[in-house]
Amino acid sequence: MSSRIFSYATLSVVLLFLLGPFVIIVAAALSAGETLAFPPQGLSLKWVIKVFEVESFRASFALSMFLAIFGTLAALVLGVPVAYAASRYKLPFGETIRTIVSAPIIVPGIIVGLALLRYLVLPLDVSVGLALFIAHTALILPYAVRVVSASLDNLRSDIEEAAVLLGSSRIATFFRIVLPNIQNGILAAFILGFVTSFNQVPVSLFLSGPGVRTLPIDMIWYMEITYDPSVAALAALLAFLSISIVFLAERFLGFSRYV
Amino acid sequence: MSDANYLELSDLTLAYGKTVAVDRLNLTIRRGELIALLGPSGCGKTTTMRAITGLLRPAGGRITLDGRDITYLPANKRQLGLVFQSYALFPHLNVWENVAFGLKLKKLSSSEIEKKVKAGLSMVGLDQFHTRKPAELSGGQQQRVALARSLVMEPKVLLLDEPLSNLDARLRLEMRTELQRVQRESGVTMVFVTHDQDEALALADRIVVMKDGVIEQLGTPEEVYNTPSSRFVADFVGFENIFALEQGKLKTDDGLKPLSGTASPEAAGLAWRPNAVSLGAGQFKGEVRGVAFAGGTREYLIQSPLGAIKAEMDASAPIFQAGSEIAFDLPPERAAILQRM
Repeated sequence: MSSRIFSYATLSVVLLFLLGPFVIIVAAALSAGETLAFPPQGLSLKWVIKVFEVESFRASFALSMFLAIFGTLAALVLGVPVAYAASRYKLPFGETIRTIVSAPIIVPGIIVGLALLRYLVLPLDVSVGLALFIAHTALILPYAVRVVSASLDNLRSDIEEAAVLLGSSRIATFFRIVLPNIQNGILAAFILGFVTSFNQVPVSLFLSGPGVRTLPIDMIWYMEITYDPSVAALAALLAFLSISIVFLAERFLGFSRYV
Repeated sequence: MSDANYLELSDLTLAYGKTVAVDRLNLTIRRGELIALLGPSGCGKTTTMRAITGLLRPAGGRITLDGRDITYLPANKRQLGLVFQSYALFPHLNVWENVAFGLKLKKLSSSEIEKKVKAGLSMVGLDQFHTRKPAELSGGQQQRVALARSLVMEPKVLLLDEPLSNLDARLRLEMRTELQRVQRESGVTMVFVTHDQDEALALADRIVVMKDGVIEQLGTPEEVYNTPSSRFVADFVGFENIFALEQGKLKTDDGLKPLSGTASPEAAGLAWRPNAVSLGAGQFKGEVRGVAFAGGTREYLIQSPLGAIKAEMDASAPIFQAGSEIAFDLPPERAAILQRM
């Protein structure tokens, strides 16, 4: 009996830690007061509306969207062939390749960001935007490879041989037979990559310049100057965006099977 | 180029890494013939089939088809059909689209594709279910789709990998008849791989018995069934009592035993099916260890100085009880003469 009480208590604490911040932020976002505070002073939607009026939020939102979409696409273009090769062929150094590909998950983002700044942006005069794009692509790549690998492993390889014997070339077989059958896995990888990139902070922290800031970095920057509830409102909006994406993905793809 | 050597494998050697799976295999197949590659798993039959299709690159030797060297021709250019053991239907396409897949690649007109797909599906007896996905079909139906998908391409050779092994007994008989009919109607040259001797005997024009990557015997079903050339083949087609010959005598657990008749001088061994052993009288003695009723017949396991003997008698014949002494004979005139042991 006491162990049961203990597990309920643990569960409640975990839920409190997971959901608590979210509740506080949503409450703070709906505040009618002038500063970021909890509990909110009265209820209003004015800070939610304010979010859409801040010029820099719009620019950084556009940049974050761009990075999340095209960074993920680039990671998929690179990652799908890697996943395919790893699942269908016995590669020399296959294990090494796998480790290198998943390195960005292991290496702390702060180090990746600093390294890119110190050895790419500063000495080679690469634009911050390009460095950000490279960094996000590299960060998403391991997720892309892993998720796509999982769906490739579930796909029989003899259907590819069947297609070849019916006259299809190997490359055409990949597009006609393999891709249609792993499209859900690819979509799942895209969503995971998108959310990962969109919420990325440590790497992006180092890679920002005049007018080039991702949304999370812009929010930190904004908070340092203006301490009003619009940041909470934006955070709440982003949280709802992520939740609805994942919810829809789960509904239509069975997202959790892939991650 | 002629119909007699339509598909020819010469000194074909196949290897996985350093492991040789098939060693200098020679085989000539006539146009329109139905050939079975028969053998236990690991004998190289599937490997040979994959080499014919081009999915496996030979380590040595030559494959010619219809007078053309196809040894290094890519698989997608060989115009051969393969019905996979797992059927390998495309899960994202429905029945119709599966069958039309290869025809579309041939860039045929849509009316022609429609005509061929319809004819193909009706040939395998699938006039319904055209819009179903493979996952919604039974195993037998999936196999029909796989067969139709290969047949509509009018392949030069149709290969089948264990075509009946995934079906239940009733469907198996039905599909066997179906395959024979399809072969008769289309005249396609067929090569199928199987580990089941009954399947090979019932279907094939000629049987290639394989063992450890080489051909052990090649012949008609009657030849393989009645006159196996080696101990391995004899054992495989149901000769339960096999003895080596030495100086014209049987080599047994009890030393050399002379036979009641004379054996052919070049024979290396003799083999008897259980029903060729005569019970009740004869020069050998043994003890009945077990009796089993098998419908039309009764099977006996006899412990004798020669070793264990399996015999079979008509169920209407008098029963020899387990534990009783019994006399039996191995009549040389009913033995299969083995050239190799």
